[in-house]
Amino acid sequence: MDYELSNLRALEAESIHIIREVAAEFERPALLFSGGKDSVVMLHLAVKAFAPCRLPFPVMHIDTGENFPEVIDFRDRAVEALGARLIVASVQASIDAGRVAEETGPNATRNRLQTTTLLDAIEEHRFNAVFGGARRDEEKARAKERVYSFRDEFGQWDPKNQRPELWSLYNGRHNPGEHMRVFPLSNWTELDIWQYVADEGIELPSIYYAHRREVFRRDGMLLSVGPFTTMTDTEESFELTVRYRTVGDASCTGAVESSAATVADVIEEVAATRITERGATRADDRRSEAAMEDRKREGYF
Amino acid sequence: MEMLRLATAGSVDDGKSTLIGRLLYDSKAIFEDQLESVERTSRDRGDEYTNLALLTDGLRAEREQGITIDVAYRYFATPRRKFIIADTPGHIQYTRNMVTGASTADLALVLVDARNGIVEQSRRHAFIASLLRIPHLVLCVNKMDLVDYDQGVFESIKDEFRQFATKLDVTDLSFIPISALNGDNVVNRSDNMPWYEGASLLHHLEEVFIASDRNLIDARFPVQYVLRPQSGAHLDYRGYAGTMAGGVLKPGDEVVALPSGFATTIERIDGPDGPVREAFAPMSVAITLSDEIDISRGDMICRPHNQPSAGQDIDAMVCWMSEQASLSPNAKYTIKHTTRSARALVKGLQYRLDVNTLHRDHDATGLALNEIGRVSLRTTAPLFFDDYRRNRTTGSFILIDESANTTVAAGMILGPSQ
Repeated sequence: MDYELSNLRALEAESIHIIREVAAEFERPALLFSGGKDSVVMLHLAVKAFAPCRLPFPVMHIDTGENFPEVIDFRDRAVEALGARLIVASVQASIDAGRVAEETGPNATRNRLQTTTLLDAIEEHRFNAVFGGARRDEEKARAKERVYSFRDEFGQWDPKNQRPELWSLYNGRHNPGEHMRVFPLSNWTELDIWQYVADEGIELPSIYYAHRREVFRRDGMLLSVGPFTTMTDTEESFELTVRYRTVGDASCTGAVESSAATVADVIEEVAATRITERGATRADDRRSEAAMEDRKREGYF
Repeated sequence: MEMLRLATAGSVDDGKSTLIGRLLYDSKAIFEDQLESVERTSRDRGDEYTNLALLTDGLRAEREQGITIDVAYRYFATPRRKFIIADTPGHIQYTRNMVTGASTADLALVLVDARNGIVEQSRRHAFIASLLRIPHLVLCVNKMDLVDYDQGVFESIKDEFRQFATKLDVTDLSFIPISALNGDNVVNRSDNMPWYEGASLLHHLEEVFIASDRNLIDARFPVQYVLRPQSGAHLDYRGYAGTMAGGVLKPGDEVVALPSGFATTIERIDGPDGPVREAFAPMSVAITLSDEIDISRGDMICRPHNQPSAGQDIDAMVCWMSEQASLSPNAKYTIKHTTRSARALVKGLQYRLDVNTLHRDHDATGLALNEIGRVSLRTTAPLFFDDYRRNRTTGSFILIDESANTTVAAGMILGPSQ
């Protein structure tokens, strides 16, 4: 025995340590679950962290109402299989209640509206720690965020005033009304996620693999033709073999042309790609150089 | 594939960002859209060259001011290893960021400009690396192209640094002459320096032997969480979950639980995929014991004949990390050590250390932001600890301000108070 842990097993151990630490120190944690690959892996790790006990916290989905149907199906099956408690917080309900107003125009998305729904749900359920599946390699603002990311009573992130985070000693202290976002996958990369999915035989929504789809091109992105996108007069749709590298709203998540139909194909593709996953596929990040930082300051994921 | 965590410190002038940019670029960890975005921003700002620092300076304030404020984590992989870079600003006002990045690092990369040789900043970086017990230190002598790839320049910097390093606790020290800008000795061996017979930087990072850095002797298992199923088929199960902090534990091993001191044996150990035959750091496992004894979070499982120190009086080096208040004798804080929290009283400050000269100021009355000193603490509950030099997990702690809830100090335990 050489007493070495592989990269993936070291990452797995670190994530489990973080998840257990939160369960031990916080009264009311919740795990954000979108059905995207990162949250699927995070949920898988959480189940391992507490086996043979059941998950000691609920799973929460911020539902924009503009999801890919394959993802919602997957979400319901995955949560039921675990016997976990699912809380769905609905952006539509926030709109109906007049908490937020829908964007208009062809680029309208409910992406930003999710923040209000998320913060309202955290307040309603009095969650004081919320697990998110964000990774530091995804985006440059996230590269600077702590594993335990403090949010004030308005849910805001203050990037200039973050707590130093040393060794594996996490400081979760907060006052009532404040909360912590916790990112157990901080040190994972896109490739790590896929290799782990392969190793563990984890099931993901089918849209992560190559399939035929009616799409149109906007801003260099391939958007799906469907109820949540509006094509302009100059845009034309066509059928293409695509897959999704990230899964967000159907309104702002682009597909990539790909023939990768299996996990092994995807790993090969991800290892060779020259474009970041969010850069290729997320209109929400393209709004400005600091789009992610600005949204995170407001309380976004 | 193994994982190596490295910490870099330095300012733009050292060519640190260029070096990291090159490592990332040559290992294909920089993507086209990231590069385009950096090129666009550089152009908009009127920079004459593509400023690779923009790759890591992710925050609006950092890009506006052209400085690195915080630790940025960067990831790249070669077929041999996955690397996590903790990239920290080098100026003295960011010592706390350096300490943070260094706390988890296996290897420290210190950069010097071949034209300037060893300067105050290089000594400080090396000192922090040794204080935080980073096992491997690499001194990269950069900008060799600007001194005509002269071996003499490299050798004299090397000699001077070696001399200084004798004052530090550095176990493995390497020197590599490079030009980050031209790529000499970064990924491939350079033809410009045939006199250099060592490995390129990337090759060194891939090959440096880190497996023996872990403590495999002193078995330490801080209990993190107790698993007790409330229903179903596992009603009798009681697992103590946690992360191995040192040594090796196996089913059948005789162990004691602290603070109770009760002895028992390990029945089984479950890893993330079920039972394992051995557990070692940094595995996250759940241990079941042969006897029902009272154990809860914050307790420590270890071997009967190899126990950590247990006590409430501790001497430690601390780095002060708060802008608001300073550390002063008689102040009280929350201390977090392994999975145990208690309150701590600062009984005394023995000295403040000048991180540039290593001079000890015994007349100091407090520690301000970024200052490092030796303190004596008294805690409300006993802690189970080792010398930080022996175990970075059971030897480290943080102090938390009880009203602001912020992390105000990082501590490295020297031992029980004399």
